[in-house]
Amino acid sequence: MLELENLSKQFIMHHLGGKTIVGFKNISLRVPPGCSLGISGPSGSGKSSVLKCIYRTYLSTSGNIWYRSDRFGSVNLARAELNVVGMIRELEMGSITQFLKVIPRVSALDIVAAPLVMAGLEKTEADRRAAVLLERLGIPRILFDAYPATFSGGEQQRVNIARAVIKAPRLLILDEPTASLDRWTTKVVLQILRELRQKGTTMIGVFHQPDILKEFGDEIFTMPSREH
Amino acid sequence: MNPILSICGVSKIYGPQCSECLDSRAVLKGAACRRCGSVIACSDVCFDLYDGEVLGIVGESGSGKSTLLKLLYFEEAVTSGSMHLRLDMAQLGEIPGFDVALDGEENLFLMNPFQKRMLRNRLMGMVYQSPHLGLKMNISTGGNIGERLIMAGCRSVAKMRKRASSLLERTEVPSSRMDEPPRNFSGGMQQRVQIARALSVNPRLLFLDEPTTGLDLSVQARVLDLIKSLQQELGLTTIVVSHDLGIIKHLTTRTMVMKDGRVVEAGLTDQVLEDPQHEFTQLLVNSTL
Repeated sequence: MLELENLSKQFIMHHLGGKTIVGFKNISLRVPPGCSLGISGPSGSGKSSVLKCIYRTYLSTSGNIWYRSDRFGSVNLARAELNVVGMIRELEMGSITQFLKVIPRVSALDIVAAPLVMAGLEKTEADRRAAVLLERLGIPRILFDAYPATFSGGEQQRVNIARAVIKAPRLLILDEPTASLDRWTTKVVLQILRELRQKGTTMIGVFHQPDILKEFGDEIFTMPSREH
Repeated sequence: MNPILSICGVSKIYGPQCSECLDSRAVLKGAACRRCGSVIACSDVCFDLYDGEVLGIVGESGSGKSTLLKLLYFEEAVTSGSMHLRLDMAQLGEIPGFDVALDGEENLFLMNPFQKRMLRNRLMGMVYQSPHLGLKMNISTGGNIGERLIMAGCRSVAKMRKRASSLLERTEVPSSRMDEPPRNFSGGMQQRVQIARALSVNPRLLFLDEPTTGLDLSVQARVLDLIKSLQQELGLTTIVVSHDLGIIKHLTTRTMVMKDGRVVEAGLTDQVLEDPQHEFTQLLVNSTL
């Protein structure tokens, strides 16, 4: 489903006189369809950067990211046309990042229901499913109509997770989705991810706590330590 | 899948022009040609836009971003380049008196002024930074909207009033004030009237040139939310010019960065903002407060 071939990422900092900073080097890995791959490694080893390259938030410096798209067939996400990446994101991918990028002035319920509405589901049914999911993640009903910009870190992260999983994407990218969640909510999230896998979602994720990583991944990929 | 709008090699040069400044790789002095002093407002700009997409154009003042919009809106003539539009004519309906096929074959910059005006009146909408450019301040608000409808061929006053009032409702301007001139309105309301006017003919392309610059923060937020919801509701293919990265992030999926008339970087908006490649884009991103 997803295969990284000798993927490397360097950052060139022009304000530092063109200094090069290595994100990661020559990563190769595979995630078969329906499987979950956990990525481990110390802080600064480039785990998040790998995920951002897959989502094309970062441009890969060299190497390939082969993804088997439902709509476009085999696509190299590192080099594909922007409109193709844009459509794959919208139709097939979900992404949960460490930090919620809050959409301003949209209620929590609308943020979560939006992917279903965009896919053509009726608004009331989309809202109902969003409410069930938010409730399951422990967001109090009174907050459904509030703007998540005012929420606590943990609440924002739960809204973020709900939005990414509500439509069971073909590929889900997770960057420490449970970093600011308590034990109980983390368990709920892991349960939701298990259900997604049963629906066939392929996942690649970074988790900091080793026990959660083990529970999440069918396989674990360890980032090579960085050469200095 | 074909893009609905293809722009290729678009340049605009003010001044005498010489062989050097026609070369898009020439080293410039600011935005001016070193040899003949011509000002290169746009140089070799190319991009494709797909149906329903929102493209952002960022850059400093004087980078050529507004000039580019003016070229696309046929407000100024290009020095060189091509513009192709691919629209489903069956869906669009017939435009009486307009005989150019919009099948992507014709370079629309080569049309005659009459054809350009028709295309602009029927298929394009523009919102300017300054309401003084987009509206006539002394005629009624309804008249401002009606004027566009007349240009697009509408002849019934009753129909025009009905359309104007429903558009004003949609853009949250009280339609009871339709007979007042826009000069009586606040800046935020004037921008709303401009949006209503731009949308009156059901355009396929919407151009926004710094639509909220100069408005105070809460008004800016409400106008942006209105633009965003209208864009999604109508599936409008849109180009937004702004120097404000927050607005670009909020509205667009793809972004082009311009400097001295040239496109120095283009990509998905989150990529341009989080992993900027060009020196100038890095400076721009690092300059946000």
